[in-house]
Amino acid sequence: MSTAPVSIRQGVKKALENPDRLVNIQTAAERFYTGRIAALTTLPDSDALRDLGRKIRAHTIAHLDQYLLQFEASLSALGGVVHWAGDAREAGEIITQIARAAQVKRIAKSKSMVSEEIQLNARLEAAGMEIVETDLGEYIAQLSGDHPSHIIAPVVHLNRKDVGRVFAEKLKVPYTENVLELNAIARRSLREVFLSADMGISGCNLAVAETGTICLVTNEGNGRMVTSLPRVHVALMGMERIVPTIKDLGVLLQLLARSATGQKMSSYTSLITGPRRQREEKGPQELHVVILDNGRTGILGSDLAEVLYCIRCAACLNVCPVYRSIGGHAYGAVYTGPIGSVISPALGGIARYADLPQASTLCGACREACPVRIDLPTLLLRLRNKTIRQEISPLWMKAGLKGFRWITTDAGRYNFLTWLAGIFSKVLGKQWLTWLPGPLRGWTRYRSFPPFQKSFQQRRRRAKGED
Amino acid sequence: MEKVNLFITCLLDTLFPDTAQAVVDVLEHLGLTVHIPKGQTCCGQPAFNAGFWDEARDMARYTIDLFSKVEGPIIIPSGSCGVMIIRHYPELFSNDPVYGPKIQALAGRLFEFTQFLVDHLHVSSLGAAFPARIVYHPSCHTLRGLQVDRQPRALLAEVQGLEILSQENPPTCCGFGGIFAIKMPEISGQMLANRLTAFEATGADLVVGCDISCLMHIEGGLRKKGSRMRTMHIAQILAQGLKS
Repeated sequence: MSTAPVSIRQGVKKALENPDRLVNIQTAAERFYTGRIAALTTLPDSDALRDLGRKIRAHTIAHLDQYLLQFEASLSALGGVVHWAGDAREAGEIITQIARAAQVKRIAKSKSMVSEEIQLNARLEAAGMEIVETDLGEYIAQLSGDHPSHIIAPVVHLNRKDVGRVFAEKLKVPYTENVLELNAIARRSLREVFLSADMGISGCNLAVAETGTICLVTNEGNGRMVTSLPRVHVALMGMERIVPTIKDLGVLLQLLARSATGQKMSSYTSLITGPRRQREEKGPQELHVVILDNGRTGILGSDLAEVLYCIRCAACLNVCPVYRSIGGHAYGAVYTGPIGSVISPALGGIARYADLPQASTLCGACREACPVRIDLPTLLLRLRNKTIRQEISPLWMKAGLKGFRWITTDAGRYNFLTWLAGIFSKVLGKQWLTWLPGPLRGWTRYRSFPPFQKSFQQRRRRAKGED
Repeated sequence: MEKVNLFITCLLDTLFPDTAQAVVDVLEHLGLTVHIPKGQTCCGQPAFNAGFWDEARDMARYTIDLFSKVEGPIIIPSGSCGVMIIRHYPELFSNDPVYGPKIQALAGRLFEFTQFLVDHLHVSSLGAAFPARIVYHPSCHTLRGLQVDRQPRALLAEVQGLEILSQENPPTCCGFGGIFAIKMPEISGQMLANRLTAFEATGADLVVGCDISCLMHIEGGLRKKGSRMRTMHIAQILAQGLKS
């Protein structure tokens, strides 16, 4: 995978060439948004619940080491195994080892953004394993060589006609755009995978420290299938995805589905606490939880720490006017939208993802939507400052802003330059300008620029006879 | 006569002096003496938003020093500049024993224009008349940063002959975003196009708002498109409405 700096403008240009895809994304985002608003009204006091949700996450992140160790103790006591992965490579190695030790050939996988983050599929395939995505959206993406464009709805950029074409081509079935028929095709195909898989890999929406439970929130049965049919279950989780108690889980579950899709609860909310017990006949014989760091420690205790409160509901994506205008692929990162614009540089490095925090007007819709009230605009601003401190900035912007500072910190300089602008205005006239030079061309490509003027302060000085 | 100070803001000063005059006209009509502290420039928001915080601090110190020298309320006809001073200056000067308290004192007497009229003067009806069909654009910083929305709507509701058309919920960013407009022009242009479509669908003559930065971007887009729709700052509606 390339480590070159991501150019969001390139991504945007490409995205704008496919307006149909953008319509698909906008339709889905709108549906999720209105769903969320309606679902929150079913709570007696959604604002209070969000405050509580934030408190729980803030407390947990402030004592993360304590809760992770408690989780390990709880799960180990039940026969589960906890593994600690420092980075992507280590996580890949751990999971490969587990698979080899259990003589695994075929892996069924349910959705996990963390697995995208560490390119798990590629690592396991390189080790000779066959891995099949079973979340319908991820399955479609895998078949067509595509990547998720949304944190909870991977192929929101496609419509049923696109899916029909993918199935017809890759599964060799007759083309259909009927949703029920498409579902049936996927179900038939995936059923065979569930029944034959040696290992299931899942993500983890939230782990519970006190009980050693991992909680999966899905709308498709694949999460259940993948974690109960194969003999080995591996759950991969970012180390921040944990809460202290089952009660705390209850608070966040009330917020998660409502904020994500507008459901009070997802169709399948699964609480998995340990592997098959001694006298049980069903369920995985082995349960492994791989806890991933991959840069999260670096965020703890920093001025970006708040981003670790995220419960991956994607409410911020659905409401973001930038995301709605350009879609997820334009960001060029695994994590997209407002949350991705903070997480991607925070985990993957500012040099690589410097563009992402710039792709925002700081409108605040994301902060308003976030169930745990993460102040994303402030985090984006801090990242912009960090970017500048790393000297990553186009020359015209640096020169322009240093010049602007020079002008505006002295009344004499400011008055002189505004006086000059007043002279310009006599030359250029009262028409709005349709062309500006250099980097300002970006303005006039989409709008006219207001005419130069004699400044208000200068007019006032003149009127009072002070000029 | 109550004396008020006016922080006119760099955009109104340099590019929209007529709108600046309208702000003064409205305040004077309400019986206030308007003092415009000399040497005022810019709150530093462009530098801050771009990540150039050292430069932003220099501009902020200049502004804080200037306005600390005057007493009484300070009115600022811009939500985004208000947010810069009230919400972001503390971030720039956290733990600063000199500027921290100065900022707190300043923020305590800083009012956005419509906020001052409605919440401080308790005036929403100025006796203005302005027959037109308008759509109100709630600028993001004004709306979400300062929680100012009820106030401009209250003022507009009292203007005789003014028909305020409704548009689709929820309030959506126009795509200006400061330097974003030239740093990410494709995204900015797309967001603007979406807004213009929504505005034009209402059939309004005018887009009215409290933030000249958004209005400048919106009108620039309308003009480029060849639309006959224009923008007006709420101060202009009120000032012109008073003359009639």
